[in-house]
Formats: sequence, structure tokens, C-alpha cells
Amino acid sequence: MLIFEHSLEGRHTASQMPTAVDGQSAAAALEDIPAGQLRKSKPLLPEVSELQAVRHYTRLSQRNFSIDTEFYPLGSCTMKYNPRACNSLAMLPGFLGRHPYAPPRFSQGFMQILFELQEMLKAVTGMRGVSLTPMAGAQGEFAGVAMIRAYHEARGDNTRDEILVPDAAHGTNPATAIMCGYKVREIPTDAEGDVDLEALRNAVGPQTAGIMLTNPSTLGVFERRIREIASIVHQAGGLLYYDGANLNAILGKVRPGDMGFDVIHMNLHKTFSTPHGGGGPGSGAVGVSERLLPFLPVPIVGKVNKEDRVLTLKDPAIAGQAEAFRWLDEKDLPQSIGRLSGFMGNAGILLRAYIYMRMLGRQGMPRVADYATLNANYLMARLTRQGFDAAFPKRRATHEFILTLKRQAKTLGVNTMAFAKRLLDKGFHAPTTYFPLLVPECLLIEPTETESKQELDRFVDAMCEVLREAEASPELVTSAPHSLPVRRLDDVRAAKDLDLTWSAAG
Amino acid sequence: MPFIPHTENDVQAMLAAIGINSIDELFDEIPGELRIHDLPEIPAAINEMEITRLMYERAARDQSPLCFIGAGAYEHHIPAAVWQVATRGEFYSSYTPYQAEASQGTLQLIYEYQTMMTGLTGMDVSNASLYDGASALSEAVLMGIRANRKSRGKRILMPTSVNPVYRACTHGIVKNQGVELIEVPYSRDTGLTALEALERHDGEDIAALVVQQPNFFGSLEEVDALTDWAHANNALLIAVVNPMALAVLKPPGQWGGQGADIACGDGQPLGAPLSSGGPYYGFMCCKEAHVRQMPGRIVGRTVDADGRQGFVLTLQAREQHIRRSKATSNICTNQGLVVTASTIYMAIMGPEGLFRTAAASHANTRTLLQRLVSIAGVERVFAGPFFHEAVLRLNRPVQDVLAAMADEGVLGGYALGKDYPELGEALLVCATETKTEADLDRYAAALSRALSD
Repeated sequence: MLIFEHSLEGRHTASQMPTAVDGQSAAAALEDIPAGQLRKSKPLLPEVSELQAVRHYTRLSQRNFSIDTEFYPLGSCTMKYNPRACNSLAMLPGFLGRHPYAPPRFSQGFMQILFELQEMLKAVTGMRGVSLTPMAGAQGEFAGVAMIRAYHEARGDNTRDEILVPDAAHGTNPATAIMCGYKVREIPTDAEGDVDLEALRNAVGPQTAGIMLTNPSTLGVFERRIREIASIVHQAGGLLYYDGANLNAILGKVRPGDMGFDVIHMNLHKTFSTPHGGGGPGSGAVGVSERLLPFLPVPIVGKVNKEDRVLTLKDPAIAGQAEAFRWLDEKDLPQSIGRLSGFMGNAGILLRAYIYMRMLGRQGMPRVADYATLNANYLMARLTRQGFDAAFPKRRATHEFILTLKRQAKTLGVNTMAFAKRLLDKGFHAPTTYFPLLVPECLLIEPTETESKQELDRFVDAMCEVLREAEASPELVTSAPHSLPVRRLDDVRAAKDLDLTWSAAG
Repeated sequence: MPFIPHTENDVQAMLAAIGINSIDELFDEIPGELRIHDLPEIPAAINEMEITRLMYERAARDQSPLCFIGAGAYEHHIPAAVWQVATRGEFYSSYTPYQAEASQGTLQLIYEYQTMMTGLTGMDVSNASLYDGASALSEAVLMGIRANRKSRGKRILMPTSVNPVYRACTHGIVKNQGVELIEVPYSRDTGLTALEALERHDGEDIAALVVQQPNFFGSLEEVDALTDWAHANNALLIAVVNPMALAVLKPPGQWGGQGADIACGDGQPLGAPLSSGGPYYGFMCCKEAHVRQMPGRIVGRTVDADGRQGFVLTLQAREQHIRRSKATSNICTNQGLVVTASTIYMAIMGPEGLFRTAAASHANTRTLLQRLVSIAGVERVFAGPFFHEAVLRLNRPVQDVLAAMADEGVLGGYALGKDYPELGEALLVCATETKTEADLDRYAAALSRALSD
């Protein structure tokens, strides 16, 4: 049932009604607004009791797979445990009640957290400056490419109109380059999963603004010749952009700044365990090398002392303190690409990332990469031994790896989609399917470091069971799922007969 | 090891299965000279008890001043049930519903959300949300250019009564695509976008006109006349609206003869705490004819193999993971968790709860204004109708007055001098339903003292 089908005209939640007006006086309170500006009929919203709403949405939640309820090896998404403390501490009343325009004297606690988060992110990535404002990975990408553009323009180098993107890249990469006014040129991948260097050499030139790379790549392997790539692109006058989607694999092991990247974004909702929330909010902080510092998006938290031009000695935020924190804005960074959000990005999500990073600490960062990589390689070893085909069997897996079901699809008539749906029946969220696009019938599997060996073993058992079912009774697999609230859904009908809102008429 | 469950025996068994002797061997494809072996700048780990104490201290340090600032972020009461249910693990720790059959909770919730937002805005369709109000406007501008078949150019009329940060953000996001944002001045008498200012652009090729209601000054624009002007000039009308205000104000779908074409804004007033500016969410609704130009995820209702109702992500051919460089936007996620909370908020409050909350906010602001203008040195700048925010002019420097009020624990409003120096010592104030009579008295007394010092 939909919430609207629980609705009954005239029901409302009395304990939630404000006291400044009651049912009669609410309309009277609006008398000074011209009638032509007022709403004539009430909006279509459910009229239910608080219990009905709580029960309805609690039941809906139970129709979701989630990290808290199932193993969720969705490749490229880093579905690791989201510590509960990160949520409860980010939701302390003091943080929730702070208005984004509260003056510095009522903001030092919050701003110190953001400042320290900036510093920690600089340290783990090897970059010189960080801005926390981008609200998702895709917005971080936008900020990064916009900075590349601003850099070239500031030097009067206006002929560069092309961004290079490997064919294995996330779809956001080419879409971002277009949003920044660039053309996109794809670079092929070689048989071992690395960027084709010959093709790259032929592609760069005075038109090259930069390249967008993910390392480890979306193929689940480390780009071994990254220094050569950096050198080729830099020699052509282009800059290197690092897509931080797979940062979990190398945390504390190798840093994008040391690899030669000029600008990066991080997905705090992946590597630093902020919630995925059913599809957001993300958080896509960006980091830059020395030469891009002037272009960072604002606001940034700055640490200042008594000589600061804005926070004068009179300000209670700094009176009696050796230093204090304030927002750096367009006045501090006149070449900034500007603002990407109304205030300070997804501030509450930044608090969660900070809490997580403090609990990991110096020793915990490389452990993330260690155990994420151990889990992935263990799964790959066990699954290939059970008869599954790895896409790059000669390579080390990073924090994720790719299986291809091309052989099974051909011989058994059971494709990756069916395989994935049958895994749902076994109580496992499916890995990412059909991405990256260049590996046919692929499953991109990312176990993350927070899963135990025993859970991984159960997953291997489930994969083997599905394979046996596919051999013995393929229709059982191709018609899956069988045990979920709904069976296979009709996507074609959804797109053809658009039904995007409920109405009483049905 | 925080959040890592492996025992030593597990590790040994796993290494044996892989056929290696140490975890470090797994990193042997990384060039040795690039490897790092310590992160000296990162502090040592602290446990949950220690981080709890630290966060309590940091939160306490910022105190809890009585807040009369709005300017795009509004304090409203949020029922306890809203975030308790929204942060259930099944919502909190799930992801984008790629596997629809395993995500019916999130998908149905978004379908209900889309229905509620079209109900509030009076538009035909809604997406599943964008990042925030400012970035939603920038996406609406790009969408307006794509959707307006009668306009060949990329020119947008952007009144200066639109939130200055929204304008700055939109400029930053659209400038590299050759979009021209043309400022339309507001009337110094009314604080509104005047029809006369638009008429200078009669007959020009304009892709869309942006109208914010209530505008940044809290004033109510003449939305019918502005919408009709846009349509008479073959421009689309992009409405930027406060969704709480729509519980009492005419919805964009009914503006003028034909209604707005796109409605967007920030969903924060509907259940998201102030939280230093985020996470909030941007909403976007439009006429059905434009749905294929809309960015972001959209959920549709369909049937399963047995004919039962179910929900899926639909119209994905617009999106970056399918269309790549030809997508409507690079946007990938929505603000799922906040939309979840907001949907629960709207369900609990219902039409009556939202109506009374909006009316009480208006009544409180009116009461506050009445008390403040009786103080010597305080006057209202614009006389016309407002929702729950208005502009005051003081006879002392605003920054000094705000600092003095802050000494008493009162945040007196948003200083307009940086964005609107022509208004003089101007202050934007807001009193939502959360303010009591005593709070309003406290504000008036603090302001009175600050001005008489």
C-alpha cells in the first residue's frame, strides 16, 4: 500500500501542530497576504496519524537490502560498515542546530573539525590543498575539471579544448568534461587492463587540457605505468585528474599526489564510510597540487591568528586565543572557481567522515587497504578455483575484481543479470553488473575490509549454488528472484507508460 | 583493529588460499618508489568513547544561540520519528536502487516523495532530488535551455532578488557552457522584480526567466504577471520556491495563465535540520512535456512478472551511466537519506501540519516586525506582503548591532550589506514557528539595547 492509501480526510497529528496558531486562526494569520497570492486548495499530502506514518515507513525500510542486513559487494561503491557512532555524534543537537551563517564565535568547534578534516585528507592523498564543498563525487569531478580549465585560462592558454578519458571510466567522467565545456576523447585499454600508452602518446597534443583517470582503474587493477602516463600528459601541457572512486584500495599505501596527479576528488561516502543513504548524500571533497591552489572552490576553513584582516582582536572568536578559524571566501581566493553549493556542502556528512577517520587513526588507514585487498584477492582466488573466470586472471586484484560470465551466458543461457537476481534470493546483494562496459557479462565484486572470512565463504557457497542451478535448471535462475517482495520488474513498461506520481483516480 | 573482523587464523588461511605469504605481497604491482609507509600527520586512533567526548566538547563550544537568521536555511521543528525512522540501517546503509527487487522500500518511498512534491508545487512530475537548492537552480537553467524549443540561444534572465548565493553558484556551474545570465534589477520601492525592468527585453531571444517566491528579501513577487510575460516572450518560467511556503502560497503550477515550466528549490524546510548548511536536498519538478530533459533519477511504477505493483528507476537513458558524454547532467546520486527524512516529515505533518507551520511562521514574523519597527532607529525597507522573512534598516552599522546582540546570545539576522550595499544598513530577519512570545521579546529587547548603547 502507498501512504496515500492510508490517508483519511481530516486526520492530523495534533502533537506536531505549532502553538502560535490553531485551526481557526491559521487562516486569519494570512489575512495580510493578498488573496491572489494564496493557495486555493490543500496540496495532495497524506492525512495519517504519526503511528501510521512510522509503521508504513518502517515496513518500507524492511523491503530494502542494506549493509546492516546483507553482504553488499557492489563493485566501485565501497559498501563498508557505517559505524553508528559517526551518525549519532554528527547528530548531536549542537551540530544540528547550527545555522550555516552563525558567526565565527558560535562556530569554532564545528570549524575546527572541518579544518582538521581538510588536513587529514591532504595527508592521506599527498595534495597541497583541500576544499570540502562538493556535494558528491560527480560534483567533485566538476570542480576538478573546472579548476583545470581555470588554470589554463589564467595562463592565457585558450587552445586546450579536449579532455582524455579511458574507455573504462565511470560515465560521470565524460559527462563532467562536457559540463565544463570540453570535448571528450576516449583512450583504449590494453589486454592487461592498463591504459594503452601508444594510443595515449598519439592522442595528446596542444589541444589536451587534461586526462581523467581512476587508479586503481574500474577494471580492478592498479595502473602500473602511472608515472609514464603523468609524464606524457604533463609534457603535452595537460593536467592529471584523479577520480577517487577507488581510493579505498590504496589508502595509506600510495598517494595520488605522489603519482603525479594535479587534482583529485574523494568519495567520502566510500573511503570514509559516510552513509550511502539509499543513493546519497554523497560528499566529494577535492584536493589539488600547488599550482591549482588558487582555484579551489570556496568556502574553505582557514586557521588564522591575531593579525587576520577579518577576525579582528575584538571578535570573541579569537579574543584570548592564539588562533581561530574562519571561512576563506572569494576575497581570499579571487581566482577560485567559486561556489558549488548554497552553504558548506554536505556539512553533516563531513562530520561523519571526520569521526570515522579519527577512529581509524594513523595505523588504521593502511589497514583499510590491506584488508580490503586481502578480501578481494581471497574471493577471486576461491571463485576462480570454483570455475568462475576472472577478467584479468594474471593481475592482482585491488580492493575489487571482475568476473566474466560470458562462457556461462553462452553455454547455459544464463546471463549476468539473471545470475545477479538469483543471488538476491540467496540473501546477498548482487555485485555491480555490466560495468565496466568493456568486459562482457561482467560482475564487479568489492567485498570491503569490514566483511569477515566467514561471510566471504558464504558468498562463495552462494555463487557456486547459483552456478549449479544454472547448469541443472536454468529457468530457475533466469526467472529469479523468487523470494523477494516482488519478482522481476517490467522496466520497459515503466519507461513506456510513465507512472511517476500517484493519484486518487488510479 | 577498528571495523576489521579478521582473526590471525583467518588471515593465515586467506593468504594460503591466495598462495602468498604476506598481505604486503598483494601490493607488488605498485611501483616501489611510490609506496609510503607512514602517515605522520594523521593523529593516532582514538576509540568510540574518546571521540564521543571530543565531539560533545566541540558541539558544546558552539553554544546554542537563539537564531533569527533565515536567508535560505530555516529552523523548523522536526518530529522525533522523522530521523529515527530515516536512520534505520535499511535506509541509512543501502545504496542507489540498482537492484530494484531488493530496493522496493527506497523506490516506493521516492515515488511517494515525487507525488508529494508535485502536490506541493502543482507541477506534473518530480525527480528524486538533486544536491541542494543552489545547484538545483543551476541544473534548472541548463534544463530550461534544452527544453525551450522556441529559443535558439542560451540567455537566461536572472533577477537580483534571487538568492545571491544561488546566482553565484549557478554562474559557476553554467559559465563554461556559454550560458549568459542577464541580471534584472529589483525595484528599490517594492523589493520586487518589476515588469518594467523585464519589458526592456521584450521580443529578445530568452530561454528562461527565473523567479524566486518568496524572493531573497522575503517579499512576494507578482508571479502571475512575471509568468505571463515570460510565456508571451517565448521564454520558459523557472520558479525557485520555498516548499514550506507552498503550504499557503499559490503553487508554481498555477502561476499566470499557463503555470511555471520548471519549479525547483531547497527541500531543507521540510524535515532537514539546519546542520551548518547540509546535507539538504534540491528538488525539481516540471511539466510533463519536459520530463525527458530533467536531470537526476526518476522512479516509476510498473508491474512484476506476476502483475503485482512495483517500482523501478526509469527514463535512465537520460543519465550519465548510459549516455556518458551525451547525458542531461553528470549528476549520479540524489540526496537519498534527506529525501527519506523529508518524505516521512511530510507524511507526519500532512497538509494541515504544513499549513499551520507556514501560517505560524508568517504570524511570528509579522509580530516580530511590529515590535521591532516601534523601536527608534528601525524601519521596514519594503512595505509589501511577505512570507516569513523581511528586510529592516537600522540607524547603526548592522555588524555592530549583530555583534552586540550576539553578546546576549541572539543571532539577529543576515546582514545584506555585502550583497546589496545600496540598501544601506539592511538586515534580513526571520521568525519561524519555533519562536515563542518570549523569544520575540528577547529579540526586541536585545535589538533595542544594541541600538541605544
